[in-house]
Amino acid sequence: MLKIENIKTFYGNIQALHDVSIEVKEGEIITLIGANGAGKSTTLMSISGIEPPRSGKIFFEGKEITGMDPDKIVSLGIIQVPEGRRIFPFLTVRENLDMGAFLREDKEEIKRDIEYVFNLFPILAERKNQAGGTLSGGEQQMLAISRALMAKPRLLLLDEPSLGLAPIIVQQIMSIIKKVNTENKTTIFLVEQNANLALKIADRGYVMETGRITMQDSAANLRENGEVRKAYLGI
Amino acid sequence: MDLSYFFELFLGGMTRGSIYALIALGYTMVYGIIKLINFAHGEIYMIGAFTALIISSVLGFTGMNSILILVISGVLAIFFSSAYGVTMEKIAYKPLREAPRLSALISAIGMSMFLQNYVLLAQTPDFLPFPTLIPDFKFLKPIEKILNSTQLVILVTTAVVMILLTILIKFTRTGKAMRATSQDAKMAQLLGININRVITITFIIGSATAAIGGVLISSHTGQLNYYIGFIAGIKAFVAAVLGGIGSIPGAVLGSFVLGWTESFGTGYISSDYEDVFAFIFLLVILIFRPSGILGRSQNDKV
Repeated sequence: MLKIENIKTFYGNIQALHDVSIEVKEGEIITLIGANGAGKSTTLMSISGIEPPRSGKIFFEGKEITGMDPDKIVSLGIIQVPEGRRIFPFLTVRENLDMGAFLREDKEEIKRDIEYVFNLFPILAERKNQAGGTLSGGEQQMLAISRALMAKPRLLLLDEPSLGLAPIIVQQIMSIIKKVNTENKTTIFLVEQNANLALKIADRGYVMETGRITMQDSAANLRENGEVRKAYLGI
Repeated sequence: MDLSYFFELFLGGMTRGSIYALIALGYTMVYGIIKLINFAHGEIYMIGAFTALIISSVLGFTGMNSILILVISGVLAIFFSSAYGVTMEKIAYKPLREAPRLSALISAIGMSMFLQNYVLLAQTPDFLPFPTLIPDFKFLKPIEKILNSTQLVILVTTAVVMILLTILIKFTRTGKAMRATSQDAKMAQLLGININRVITITFIIGSATAAIGGVLISSHTGQLNYYIGFIAGIKAFVAAVLGGIGSIPGAVLGSFVLGWTESFGTGYISSDYEDVFAFIFLLVILIFRPSGILGRSQNDKV
């Protein structure tokens, strides 16, 4: 579904990604794990067209999307939930959700999808007229995922959804991610520092170190891998 | 206290405030979207006034009805100012979008000087008379001293512009895209909003309202030159900061507050200090509310 071939992405003169290649197949959950500053978020920003790679290619369903404008990439169905959630603080919860459906015109279905995300996260229904900035961190993460779901993603890119949240909320969010994957057949690209968590729900995983992919395998194998256990699972 | 004098000053201040508001909208909207104080915005207002002067002078020869001339030259002024505004953004600001804001600010000052001198050379350094296009309304005769017909046209036009703009921002798709972009441009992009389009639309709207202000004020004062955009621009900028830069209701409120301050200050204290009142008021407000009357300081939640 998504194929990244040898991309190199730079911030000014600093190279953040070195020949990164990743493949995501339709319907799976893949995870990209690695330490802080390894280049995980940059990889997602390259896919979304915010930080286009200087060389290398990205294909989505066989079509090249390298260098496309971010809004065009969104219209193909690649939706990102960026790190730090980035809720519009002065829009209400409901308006934030509407922004997720910005490119859609099927009013009736949008209504149904709003009901759907309110079902996933009932707390959002209670808070629907509240400004996004007044929500707690966990609620904001729920809203960020819901907003992305409103865009009807075919491929959902999630950047550190567990960051800074209480363990119980993290569990809830991870199970929703799994649910979205199985029920809606949404393909998921999960970036996480919390490797333990990510490898539990993912089908396959990639390990990134200083801008390079150093390992790739099924999630089950990575969980058993000695190096991964030592470096990322803390066992 | 003389009540009719009070009302004269009140409505005079409101008229001034309306003009400031029409210009301040451009400052505040552009700041909201690209975090830039567009110092060349006053020049867009001046170009609107000049366009109207040229068009109305030409149309004057046809013996057309003066209101029709006003409307046609107003519409063309909007068109030309918007074209200048959009071109300015493409040439002077777009290449600097990722650069430090100071670079863009210097670019804006350069643009302002360029446009002033361009009009100075293309037209003349002297004041030119602006034709009287707004007829005297008969029904205003009894209160002529308090409110004349030009002032009435200014107040009504501004009110209509504000209402249309509020509808646009609050209820349309474009308005939603603008609000989202002003709060988090990168996130807006990640949801499929084309921010180049949003920026272009913002410059069109800001330039259009400034052009309307330029045409109206020239009809009011009856004259203009290449420099009128500078002082009006500074005042409108003060109004926008006073109200809270980035906030549209703030810009309107700040403009009226500024208009009244100047009007009552000159009327009751001394007309020598006209500009001083504006800046004293700005200082006082900023001491107590650094982000302006309706400005909001944004706290990020981690």
